[in-house]
Amino acid sequence: MTDALPTPGVTEVPTPAPTARVEVIDAAPEGPRVLGAPPPTETLLEVRNLRTVFHVMDGDVPAVDGVSLSLGRGKTLGIVGESGSGKSVTALTIMRLLDIPPAEITSGEIWFDGREILSMPMEEMRKIRGKDMAMIFQEPLTSLNPVFSIGDQIAEQVQLHLKVTKKEAWDRAIEALTLVGIPSPERRVKQYPHEMSGGMRQRVMIAMGLSCEPKLLIADEPTTALDVTIQAQILELLKSIQERTDSALLIITHDLGVVAEMVDDVIVMYAGQIVEQGTVDQVLLSPKAPYTMGLLESIPTAEKRGARLEVIKGVVPSPFNLPPACRFEPRCPYAWDACHEIVPPLVPVRNGNGQTARCHLETEIGASRRAEAHAAHDLALDPKPDAALTGGME
Amino acid sequence: MDETSAPVTEAHLPGADPNHPASDVPMMRVRGLKKHFPIYGGITRRQVGAVYALDGVDFDVTPGEIFSLVGESGCGKTTLGRTLLRLVEPTAGAIEFKGEDLLKYSQKELRPLRRKMQIIFQDPFGSLNPRMPVSDIIGEGLLAQGMTDGKARNKKAEDALETVGLRRDYTRRYPHEFSGGQRQRIGIARALALDPEFVVCDEPVSALDVSIQSQVLNLLLDLRRDFNLTYLFISHNLSVVQYFSDRVGVMYLGRIVEIGSVEQLYRAPRHPYTVALLSAIPDPNPRRRKKRLVLKGDVPSPAAPPSGCRFHTRCWLRERLGNPERCVTEVPELRDLEPGHATACHFPEEIDRGVVEQVAEEQSVVDTAVASPA
Repeated sequence: MTDALPTPGVTEVPTPAPTARVEVIDAAPEGPRVLGAPPPTETLLEVRNLRTVFHVMDGDVPAVDGVSLSLGRGKTLGIVGESGSGKSVTALTIMRLLDIPPAEITSGEIWFDGREILSMPMEEMRKIRGKDMAMIFQEPLTSLNPVFSIGDQIAEQVQLHLKVTKKEAWDRAIEALTLVGIPSPERRVKQYPHEMSGGMRQRVMIAMGLSCEPKLLIADEPTTALDVTIQAQILELLKSIQERTDSALLIITHDLGVVAEMVDDVIVMYAGQIVEQGTVDQVLLSPKAPYTMGLLESIPTAEKRGARLEVIKGVVPSPFNLPPACRFEPRCPYAWDACHEIVPPLVPVRNGNGQTARCHLETEIGASRRAEAHAAHDLALDPKPDAALTGGME
Repeated sequence: MDETSAPVTEAHLPGADPNHPASDVPMMRVRGLKKHFPIYGGITRRQVGAVYALDGVDFDVTPGEIFSLVGESGCGKTTLGRTLLRLVEPTAGAIEFKGEDLLKYSQKELRPLRRKMQIIFQDPFGSLNPRMPVSDIIGEGLLAQGMTDGKARNKKAEDALETVGLRRDYTRRYPHEFSGGQRQRIGIARALALDPEFVVCDEPVSALDVSIQSQVLNLLLDLRRDFNLTYLFISHNLSVVQYFSDRVGVMYLGRIVEIGSVEQLYRAPRHPYTVALLSAIPDPNPRRRKKRLVLKGDVPSPAAPPSGCRFHTRCWLRERLGNPERCVTEVPELRDLEPGHATACHFPEEIDRGVVEQVAEEQSVVDTAVASPA
């Protein structure tokens, strides 16, 4: 395998027995690739029609199936989805941190900072990863090396990417720890991960990600393992750092609340595909894909007190046995015959201003059913609009 | 320990349910409950300290209600749930279940009472024995309760599965054949098979995806209605608690710092910790995006809790009031503000919405890691 870097975030991926496909050793496909035109310079990251497949014992898992996205410099993008939706695999593919095999990138282009990175030799990619593109992993305890001090781990990365002395690298580590609000960084930098709390470790992870001033910071569930008050600290910290350093931020999460607070644009993924995409206001306030609607309806809120929660019936389909047309059709309350027969395209929504959704309700054939679905969604969000009880300290 | 049990007949319990007459017997009555886990050290392994997981907790659970405990990891909420069922033996205090003193029984004598008190565990992956078929997982409790007839146990297990929305023939399957949501249903079926009256739900939906979480919450509400259950619901998710419960106790470092109905607590919190917890909830409605009040530092170690008010090391209100000495020297007792709503803060009248917004506006984000003990 060409990739020697640790890949602590790939735990979600099924680990299969070796298959017969060992000839695939790198993501770069054989033979000359015909690439599209590079995106405009204000676009930092552009993913085009990405497909990542895992070859496992029971067959092929299309973990990422035709995902396209674009992230401007200094902007924030959130990818939302439940377990198995392909959101983490998308991030790992962008970082080129997937083990190949079992994974295989069967098609697509990833343009980062004006260069196509899937066709890059791994040597080149290593120069970018950690420097221009950094990742914060979900579990700060397992992603830090327990036998090296915090300073060693940050300085290693700095020395790898920038031509600096060891002393300068350590100074930079202290600087990064200061930036993320760790008290007495000169002392902390010599400590080991076990001497720190979960919130502190996550700050260290962020400091590590920031140490080389990346253009893109990918945060995979950065607060999922943390308590709510520590989550608030980390989210506020990420926000303020992003404002100060002007790096772009890609947040992967299952928490729509985190998305609402943190990002400009949102992508909702289901079973490996994008089902809805738009600005955070568009997607969370006027969702058009029934899956997004269902997610919002199932969140317990003050307004829904006393009423039953709307639920998305059933479970996520097995990747070996995906529904024939729309992948959400078996769980969709609005599905009709067409959803079982015709594959829904990702289409611009009506009067959407850039918002897209993968649903027949937004195409011609669903036009007559659209109003009814939206009315049902509004009712589910606020089953008793006259009730006096409202949320929180607003 | 040297503490004696707290008196069970007291004049008034701060934060008692105002809709429940004091003369009636509560489902659960907890007074002065303490659990100190000893820490051993040195060559002779003598006790060098203790983790004060629970340090004087008083509350009642009214029959038929959903009483929730919220707090962050290490606040003692899980220990409390387990101590109530005597899965963990308390160090001091009193626990009464429907008027019956649980602490006077031996574990063996407790068994007949156990069937009325059940628990649903947090981790649907770790709490089901992977080597047992579902029929045995559910049937084990029935066997322990003396149902020796295997056929009857199977029938009961099938009934329980049906109640929680699973197929009767799943009794022959093993835990690995189920998804997370289905496993949690099996955990619920196991608790229900014994026809309990009181169920401790310890973070039952925390490990589940949001679409599955709502299915399980609906199920728990249906079961409460159908079987007239009383829940003690333990959670760190304040949105779920707000939707789900009748009354709430907020815990911090082994103590209840605020208690009240959902309406009282969420609309007008009167403890600075509760205010911070509520402010920290990320709201999925981008129109309600707000400036958050962020607490400094981490929860102190429960082995060395701060003196006076345990929250004083992180308290934004104390800082605002010019660090009054009282917070460090005097332990604030829970006291009533209005019927059913009590707080353990020396200065609850200083908290209002304007103050909270101002503090949120003025705070520095980077500072928030400071003030944490090494």
